[in-house]
Amino acid sequence: MRIQNPPRGRVGVAVALAALMLAPAAVRAADSVSLPDDPAAKGLAIAEATDRSNQGFGDTKASMKMILENAYGETSERELRSMTLENPNAEEGDWTLNVFDKPRDVDGTALLTYAKILEPDDQWMYLPAVKRVKRISSVNKSGPFMGSEFAFEDFSSTEVGKYSYKWLRDEACPAPVADRTCHVTERYPEYEHSGYTRQVVWTDTTDYQPRRIEYFDRKDELLKTLTFDDYRLYLDKFWRAHDLFMENVVTGKSTRLTWQDYSFGNGLSQNDFSTNALKRAR
Amino acid sequence: MDRGNRPGWGFGMRFGTIGAGMALAVGMTATAAVAAEISVTGYVEPELQVFTQSASGAEQRRWNTSVAAEVTYEAFWDNSNQWIVVNPFVRWDLRDGERTHVDMREAKYARVVDNWEFRIGLDKVFWGVTEAVHLVDIVNQTDFVESIDGEEKLGQPMVTVSSTWEIGTFTGYLLPYFRERTFASLSGRPAFDIPVDETQTKYESAAKRQHLDFALRYSNTFDIWDVGLSYFRGTNRNPVMTPGLDSGGRLVLVPFYVQTDRVSTDIQATSGAWLYKFEGFWQDQLNEQNLQATGGIEYTLFGIFDTPSDIGLVAEYVWDDRGANSQNPFANDVFLGLRWTPNDAASTAILAGTTVDLDTQAFGLSLEAERRFGEDYFVSLETRFFGNVPRSDPIFSNSDDDFIQLRIARHF
Repeated sequence: MRIQNPPRGRVGVAVALAALMLAPAAVRAADSVSLPDDPAAKGLAIAEATDRSNQGFGDTKASMKMILENAYGETSERELRSMTLENPNAEEGDWTLNVFDKPRDVDGTALLTYAKILEPDDQWMYLPAVKRVKRISSVNKSGPFMGSEFAFEDFSSTEVGKYSYKWLRDEACPAPVADRTCHVTERYPEYEHSGYTRQVVWTDTTDYQPRRIEYFDRKDELLKTLTFDDYRLYLDKFWRAHDLFMENVVTGKSTRLTWQDYSFGNGLSQNDFSTNALKRAR
Repeated sequence: MDRGNRPGWGFGMRFGTIGAGMALAVGMTATAAVAAEISVTGYVEPELQVFTQSASGAEQRRWNTSVAAEVTYEAFWDNSNQWIVVNPFVRWDLRDGERTHVDMREAKYARVVDNWEFRIGLDKVFWGVTEAVHLVDIVNQTDFVESIDGEEKLGQPMVTVSSTWEIGTFTGYLLPYFRERTFASLSGRPAFDIPVDETQTKYESAAKRQHLDFALRYSNTFDIWDVGLSYFRGTNRNPVMTPGLDSGGRLVLVPFYVQTDRVSTDIQATSGAWLYKFEGFWQDQLNEQNLQATGGIEYTLFGIFDTPSDIGLVAEYVWDDRGANSQNPFANDVFLGLRWTPNDAASTAILAGTTVDLDTQAFGLSLEAERRFGEDYFVSLETRFFGNVPRSDPIFSNSDDDFIQLRIARHF
């Protein structure tokens, strides 16, 4: 079936940190996703299928840990807690509140984000030492997040409308699911200030979630590789990856990001994502 | 100097103990009833200071050392809708008895019900958007011995009620009990050349420290604009420094705390990499009206030369409609600042700033470098230099107190 002028699709995918866990449709429904032939439309349809399957998650809370490792094997750790509220408005992204726990000198610092699609997000930072809420510039998408190999845009840029797409081929998925077939799609950031010219995404045809992403820098050279592992199913519907490994192939540094204590249906509302809530963030 | 009257040892500890005791009583009752999340964090931070110029005062020296420590005890329960925080701070200073002080920064109980929030106890509130001079930040008293740039505050007893609606957030503050500003003693540096005699502290109101102050605030976000509007009535936290004589007939500075009516606004517009900021107030005190304002821009260059480094640039101007005056060192001043960070795992940053007084051509320069070592240590090296300061400028007595300062914080 050929889709003429495909719509951009609803952008209900969680933004910021939780956004890496793109959820597929339920396994059976994914098998029956029929895709157009045109590579651009096919790439878009794959992204939309992934996006559709995360609709209706409502709200989530989770704890996150990052282990940063440099080329010499020295490590340092980051810990933070994240809350996300799904935005019913299709023209905007979701609301996220992150509170940093480690390192201890940034303990209590918090970040509130009202995500947008192609415009810069609305973002506020809370500085606990002076009890100050400061609205900050959010155009810095390509900078390192907390000194790690993850850039801000790696967390927050998974709305369908942020890219244009091209399906490349189908092939075996990367390990540890090498027995499955993956769509290999290229996507090009449509938003300003991206640090990438393109990304290549391996999407598992079984559950329509990403297994691997390759990031190409402004010189169109391979910069980083992200591998997703330890997917778990929540509420019989939403997949979340619990182990993400980002490797910088140029510098040899890496960051392993793990999620713990995922919970849905926490009864969060917009009151929990106001600047007042930011000041008392826990 | 009468130690008993000093805010640090006397009042701060008394009210702080009551506040902490009350907070802990509520907390322990609550935590006994339900499982509470408890977290205890803090730091110890030794400091070394070296002064590059000879001192003007006989008791001042060329170097100094001190240690600061802070503990934050937090307990949350009821799905994080109720909590108490107790946060004492202490500094022990080798030379300056006034700089050695204890303060209860926070000792409060708070509760959230839907879109309402209630707080009672010692707390800290920040208003404002600018970087150099926090003009509208009036609620808490400045802990001046901690830093002459006014960045450190003393805990303030308060009862606050806040509610958030579609049209904005409204907050009311009841502020009983006044905290006096801390000042360095004769052996402290930086310090005023004329010593401050706090035993003679005067108040315009007969109620003195018991005067009940209050404030109201409205704030909201409109697209790229963050707007705040505030009203404060009560004892102005900034003392009028008046000349006086001590019992020995020597010249001293006596703090005089006056009643003020103040309306203020703070506005920030955020557009791409640009932040546009403004703060201003109109106040009525001692039968005089006064307007002060500050504003400026902040621009960040992200990922310069294709590296992960960022450079942030700040330019601000401060203005007082009275013109150059003895009470306000920032009546016609320009501030320029720069912050460079490579965005590395150690959170390295270098900050440089300069303040220029357009009336007197006095200037101040500061340079600071900081980074983390390991997981728990954070080190900062700071140098501050004052130049070309004429006698008429209120910060003249600080002009020989250029210093280099090293701080090593151990967090736990």
